[in-house]
Amino acid sequence: MSELSVNHLLGIKYLKKEDINLIFETADHFKEVINRPIKKVPSLRDITIANLFFENSTRTRLSFELAEKRLSADVINFSAASSSVKKGETLIDTVNNILSMKVDMVVMRHPNPGAGVFLSKHIKASIINAGDGAHEHPTQALLDSYSIREKLGEVQGKKVVIVGDILHSRVALSNIFALKLQGAEIKVCGPKTLIPKYIEKLGVKVETNLTKALQWCDVANMLRVQNERMEISYFPSTREYTQQFGVNKRLLDSLDKEIVIMHPGPINRGVEITSDVADSKQAIILDQVQNGVAVRMAVIYLLASKIKQ
Amino acid sequence: MEIMSQKLLLSAKEIDIILHRLACQLIENHTHFEDTVLVGIQPRGIFLADRIKQILINDYKLSTIKMGYLDITFYRDDFRRGEKPLEANKTKIDFTVEDKRVVFIDDVLYTGRSIRSALTAIQSFGRPIEIELLTLIDRRFSRHLPIQPNYRGRQVDAINQEKVKVHWIENGGEDAVYLVNS
Repeated sequence: MSELSVNHLLGIKYLKKEDINLIFETADHFKEVINRPIKKVPSLRDITIANLFFENSTRTRLSFELAEKRLSADVINFSAASSSVKKGETLIDTVNNILSMKVDMVVMRHPNPGAGVFLSKHIKASIINAGDGAHEHPTQALLDSYSIREKLGEVQGKKVVIVGDILHSRVALSNIFALKLQGAEIKVCGPKTLIPKYIEKLGVKVETNLTKALQWCDVANMLRVQNERMEISYFPSTREYTQQFGVNKRLLDSLDKEIVIMHPGPINRGVEITSDVADSKQAIILDQVQNGVAVRMAVIYLLASKIKQ
Repeated sequence: MEIMSQKLLLSAKEIDIILHRLACQLIENHTHFEDTVLVGIQPRGIFLADRIKQILINDYKLSTIKMGYLDITFYRDDFRRGEKPLEANKTKIDFTVEDKRVVFIDDVLYTGRSIRSALTAIQSFGRPIEIELLTLIDRRFSRHLPIQPNYRGRQVDAINQEKVKVHWIENGGEDAVYLVNS
């Protein structure tokens, strides 16, 4: 296969296994490109991309912007904090205004689940979902799987535990879809209050004992506690959360194998993982960030190749 | 259905003679290859590049030759213009070309657009002193750009409907060049 089966990347849910393979093979080429003395290719010099961030983001926005620039696309940035959205403009109006400036592709982060799907039904440009509420964050899941593949050779058959706030996490949901598609085994681990009731319907198992989960897995993906999405208290205190679901060096050393530690960032050091774990050689957190640029280049390149002249 | 016909342009024996001649011509200009790097253009130039390198090593004891493979997919000028999506291949250049003499190696020189892309792509690895081009088959009168080879195996006059197919043993077959009428 040399073409994606979709025209937008709205979620992992809409992808096939072959799409993921194609994205990874393309990302391999771009990873080589971004390690050259000159880290840029001219492929997208006639493409304009708008980065629309209706919600705060640092690394995802930078990663997308860098990926776009490495492909020579023209880039415009928009963040809701300084825009007409505050003046009451609707999403479609905002986007259509931007598109009338001849934009070919939209990268959007939005607090509402399904914002990307909604937009794709009303506008012509290609859309990449950079996170929609607690729904999906497809490029994060792709770069996570890509990093597992890079570290362990393949994703199929690997045991992955996702630890933390599964309820509010778009990273968790996209990761579950992506890992399932590639044939990995998945467990989720966290306080019962932060695990969705019907999560097992997605084909994952629930484990509430962190030590058991770590002993079982090849890879632990540690999620951040998303205080900003919690209107009520889901656990008694941060200290108690850390005691039950935080990973520290002592816990890792007590396992009879060496597991891979991942984190989508930003890290709450000392909460979900301690500094000595985050900075250890078992952690591939900074590899994830580097791979993020290559994977996003692949997604943008493959979607752009479907935009007809 | 139209019947496809093909004519043998070069046999294995002829290819062997030509490769040795091209290797000698390279030595004439580059002597010890201290500042020279060979770059095979992906996907099909790499077989020719490997062969030339083998001759230089085995027959002329030039064992320190540097060689890499360059993929030009992301530098092509027909992105989003063709029927089929472009498929990338592996670039493998583990040296810089800063102040080096680069020799591009490709099997067929046709419109010259691939070489134009390669000229842009190689700049990502530094600024070479000069760039030369070695090609097994030079299709005359079909250039879209002012690009000519420095070393050529055989010149061929072919009309646009015709294709030049280069087969290598490494590519699953025999060494042979055919003119295919499709």
